Amino acid sequence: MAFETVIGLEVHVELGTKTKIFCNCANEFGAAPNTRVCPVCLGSPGVLPVLNAEALALGIRAALALNCEVRASSKFDRKNYFYPDSPKAYQISQYDEPIGERGYVEIVVGGGVKRIGVTRVHLEEDAGKLNHSPLGDYSLVDLNRVGVPLIEIVSEPDIRTPEEARLYMEEVRSILRYCNVSDCRMEEGSLRCDANISLRPAGQRAFGTKTEIKNMNSFRNVQRGLEYEQRRQAEALAAGGEIRQQTLRWDEASERTILMRSKEDAHDYRYFPEPDLARVELSAEYIAARRAEIPELPADKRERFVRQYGLPAYDASVLTASRALAEYFDAVAALVRDAKSASNWIMGDLLAHLKVTGQEIEQVNMTPQQLAQLIGLIDDGTISTRIAKTVLRDVLEQGKDPRVLIEEQGLAQISDEAALRAIAQRVIEANPKSVEDYRAGKEKALGALVGQMMKETKGKANPQMVNRMIADMIAGD
Amino acid sequence: MHLTEQDVAHVARLARLVLTDEEKHTLAGELDRILQHADELAGLDLAGVSPMSHVGGGETVTRPDEPRPSLAPLTALANAPDADEQQFRVPAVLEG
Repeated sequence: MAFETVIGLEVHVELGTKTKIFCNCANEFGAAPNTRVCPVCLGSPGVLPVLNAEALALGIRAALALNCEVRASSKFDRKNYFYPDSPKAYQISQYDEPIGERGYVEIVVGGGVKRIGVTRVHLEEDAGKLNHSPLGDYSLVDLNRVGVPLIEIVSEPDIRTPEEARLYMEEVRSILRYCNVSDCRMEEGSLRCDANISLRPAGQRAFGTKTEIKNMNSFRNVQRGLEYEQRRQAEALAAGGEIRQQTLRWDEASERTILMRSKEDAHDYRYFPEPDLARVELSAEYIAARRAEIPELPADKRERFVRQYGLPAYDASVLTASRALAEYFDAVAALVRDAKSASNWIMGDLLAHLKVTGQEIEQVNMTPQQLAQLIGLIDDGTISTRIAKTVLRDVLEQGKDPRVLIEEQGLAQISDEAALRAIAQRVIEANPKSVEDYRAGKEKALGALVGQMMKETKGKANPQMVNRMIADMIAGD
Repeated sequence: MHLTEQDVAHVARLARLVLTDEEKHTLAGELDRILQHADELAGLDLAGVSPMSHVGGGETVTRPDEPRPSLAPLTALANAPDADEQQFRVPAVLEG
């Protein structure tokens, strides 16, 4: 029996503010335990949370970038639960009035564009971190993360494959990074993902019973965790079994999902309005100002790179992976004759260099102007592509202008007709066998002569010129 | 509904409060009157009145995103029943 997979994702993103959402403690990853806490974080009696203006602004910006309608009036609610990661025994979240609703994210899959609905975006606070003892007899609690501002982004059940789930996550990350909402580092937990997955017989409208998978802490694991669960459910259903509604945890080491709890112990969170925080009332001007902060987003950039520069879709998607990379390309492309050459150099040698050195494009020791200059020097025949690769490496190491390096090292191509002719004459005289072969119709023999010529000039001869010159000289003999 | 001293003792135990018999007696009476007031409110006819989540004006209240010093870890941990490695130490709990 054929099944259709239905997936919905809940993505949590920590906002890149300086302070926490409801107090002035610093929002910092990696500080020593319990050094970023105050009475508000600790849930001490009598404290008063106050909303961080920047957290609100970033949340609204994110909701707009995800094409949501923003509520002019919303509120916070208490989500009650009892667990040591939350000293108050509730999380301040938003229940029935989220800041954003009815948005969407577009992903490129199977050569086409697919729209994944975003049900809602809401603001909430993060919880503390538990470190379980090796023997499992106690836990240590670090409350630094309590109160770190989060947005939760809930997708519609529009995702049909584990690959689409990964692509959706990657697109969400890309959009939020473009907007400077968050650094979205999965390895540091500033981007986290829970997934709901169910299977239904192909053609059936009603959803099957779903399971929820938590703890998928990389893009790869999102796809792998869902692939595992998809297979597990398909096998169970094909064997006539039933799926039980459960919460599972993806275990990377054993590459399988592990039961955390079943539906019977599902929580009742007893939500009620947070009385300590005023309602959030947003003017049309405020929302318009947040909208104006959104830069050109990755999907628009990809589309423009194809339209404006005539790039292949693949190039456009690689170059828009981050906003800084896209802006770097834009700057180079504006200065060179053919944007595709800028794309080739960036996607090839430059990205390889970043990978080797572990650098980000922002840290690279070569300005877009310098790369454009290098490409210009190839275009006008000053240097060959082969020499350009060496020059590029030197620019990245020394930060000097390509023109200066070429001058210093005498790397300019020899395009002087008379000088080249003299060398060509020597090469022809020294290689009578090759000349004879070429005359006898062996085209390859010409290549050998050109090779000799390049050797004599240490690669600096203009290859097109040499080719033509040697052929002419042999013919003219 | 009447709140008994047994109810008060039960709630006190959950809240980790130690009460004398006299306190239990006093609190049973006081809490009872509070619940009676809630019962009175529950009896009001509120058909056609929209729920009010908050008292006060419709102004958003925010603060600037400026860090201030946090507590010293020793102070933060001062009320912890148990602590270890500068962290709160709690009985083992399964992941929630």
